[in-house]
Amino acid sequence: MQNRAFYWRIRKQRKAGRCFEKRKGRGCAPTGKKEHARSFGGALDTATVLRVSSKDGANCYHFLVGDSAWISTSASAIPAATTVPARHSAMVRVTHWITTLCFFALLVTGVEILISHPRFYWGEAGNVNTTPLFKIPIPASRSTVPTGYGYVLPDQNGWSRYLHFQTAWLAVLMGLLYVSWGVFSGHFRKNLLPAGADLSWRAFAAAVAKHARFKPPDSSSYNLLQRLTYLSVIFVFFPLVIWTGLAMSPAIASVFPAMVSVLGGQQSARTIHFFVSVVLLLFVLVHIVMICLTGFKNRMRAMITGRDHE
Amino acid sequence: MNKLTRRKLITTGIAATAGASGLAVADRLARNYGLIPPDSGVLYGAGETLTYAAQRILTNHSLAREFPRSEISKPPFVNGGPPTDEVFRRLQEGGFVDWRLAVDGMVARPAAFSLAELKSYPSRSQITHLACEEGWSYIAEWTGVPLSHVLDLVGVLPKARYVVYFSIDRDWWDSIDMADALHPQTVLAYGLNGGELPLGNGGPLRMRVPRQLGYKNVKYITRLTVTDDLKRFGKGLGSASPEAGYAWYAGI
Repeated sequence: MQNRAFYWRIRKQRKAGRCFEKRKGRGCAPTGKKEHARSFGGALDTATVLRVSSKDGANCYHFLVGDSAWISTSASAIPAATTVPARHSAMVRVTHWITTLCFFALLVTGVEILISHPRFYWGEAGNVNTTPLFKIPIPASRSTVPTGYGYVLPDQNGWSRYLHFQTAWLAVLMGLLYVSWGVFSGHFRKNLLPAGADLSWRAFAAAVAKHARFKPPDSSSYNLLQRLTYLSVIFVFFPLVIWTGLAMSPAIASVFPAMVSVLGGQQSARTIHFFVSVVLLLFVLVHIVMICLTGFKNRMRAMITGRDHE
Repeated sequence: MNKLTRRKLITTGIAATAGASGLAVADRLARNYGLIPPDSGVLYGAGETLTYAAQRILTNHSLAREFPRSEISKPPFVNGGPPTDEVFRRLQEGGFVDWRLAVDGMVARPAAFSLAELKSYPSRSQITHLACEEGWSYIAEWTGVPLSHVLDLVGVLPKARYVVYFSIDRDWWDSIDMADALHPQTVLAYGLNGGELPLGNGGPLRMRVPRQLGYKNVKYITRLTVTDDLKRFGKGLGSASPEAGYAWYAGI
C-alpha cells in the first residue's frame, strides 16, 4: 500500500538527508494547504502532499495515503524508488497523434463533402424532392441544391472524398492497433475501466460535482468521468462513425445489407454519421479545453514525450 | 549498450526487409488478382487501392439491395437534362430508331445494336438505390438488358479485364472491371418505373451499376470497348472521373 502510494521521481537525491528537489523558485516553505503532488515540481506522482515542512535543511513530507490515512515522513524514510513509469506509453502517444491528424483531415473533408448537399433525411432515399429531416442553413457547393443563397461555393468534393476515405483507412488501422494493444497490454483494464467502487450513481454524481467546481484531480490517474468519456469515444462513437460511414457504401451494403437496414436506411446512416461526427468534434473541443485548464504544457509534454513533468 | 544497439539494428533491419518484401509480394498478388485500381498512382491512390482491393475480395458475388415497390421515390428524381447538341436532338426527333450501341475492342464479333434489338433480349428489372456522391439518392425500378448478355453475344476474349463505356456526351466516359461488367445487376437500362427511361434520367440508354455511386452510371451510352488495359484511354486513369478529381472505383 505504502509503496503503491509512492511513485517517486527523484531528481536530485542529496547524499546526507536524501532530500528531494525543492519546489522551483519557492523554496520549501511549510504549507498547511492540501496541494497536489504535481505542483511540487514533479516530485510526486500519485500521493497527495498535505504539508511540507523544513527541518534542519531537509524537507519533511506529509502525505495522504488512500482516502483518509495520512503519514508524515522525513525524506530519509521514503523508499528509494527511482523512476516513475511514463504517463503515456509509446503506443498511446503514437496512435493518439496519428488519430488526431486523421480526425482533423476527416473533419475538414467531411465538411467539404457535406456542403455539396447540406440537407439530411431519414430512411433509405432522400433528394431535393424529399422533405428533409433538417437543413443546414449554409450555401452549397452544387447548384442542384436550393439553399436560398444566390451563389454556389467552390466544389472541393473530389479530393475531399479521396482524402476522407484514405484517412478513414489510416484511422481504422490505428484504432485496430490501439484496441488490440489496449486489450493485450491491460491498458483498458488498468487505465480506463472504472474501479468497481466507482460504478455507482453516487460516485458518478460526486465526480460530476467535482468537475463542476473545477477541483483539481486527486491523482494523475484518470478520474471516473474521464474514463467513461474515453471508453465511450473508443468503444461507442468511433465504431458508430465507422459503421455509419461504411453503411453509406453501396458495395458494402450489398455484402452486409443488415448494416444499413438496422440503421433505418442509407440516408439515416448519413444523418447518424453527421451527428456522431458532431459528438466527436464536441469531445475533441472539450478535450482541448480540459488540457488547457489542467496545464497545457504538462499535458502536451506528457503526450509527446511520455514524461509528466520537467 | 552497444550490444543492445546492434541487436536493435539487426531486428529493425530484418523487420524492414520482411516488410518491404511483404509489400512487394502483396503488390504482385494484388496485380495478379486485379486488386489495383487504375487510379492507384494518384495522390490518394493508397486509400483507393485498399478500398478497391478489400471490396473486390468481399463483394465479388454480392447483390445490391433490392426494394419493394412501395419504396420507389416519388416524384421520380431527375438530375440534369439531356445533351442539347444537334446530333442528340436529331436522334431524339427520330424516336431514337437510329440510336446504336457499338461494341468493340477485345471481342470476337464487334457489333452495333439498335434499341429495338437490345429490348428484344432477356430483360432484368430491379428496384435499386442510386446514390450520388453529393449525398442525395433515390430508389427506382430500372429495366434493361444485363450487360453480361450483350458481352456474351459479342464474345469477350479471355484476356479482357475492363469494359469502357462512352456517352454521346464526349466528356463523359467511364469503365468497370469484369467483376462488375458480368455482375447480374449491371444492366444497360432503357426503362424506369415501368415506362421508357426519361431523357433526364439518361434515356434512351444508360449504364446502371447499382453497387457503385451515381457517377458510374453514365447516361446516353453509345459505345462499349472491351479492353485489358485502361492506359490507352484518356489520361490512363480509367475514366473521366479521376481526371476530374474523383475516384475511379465508386463502391466507396
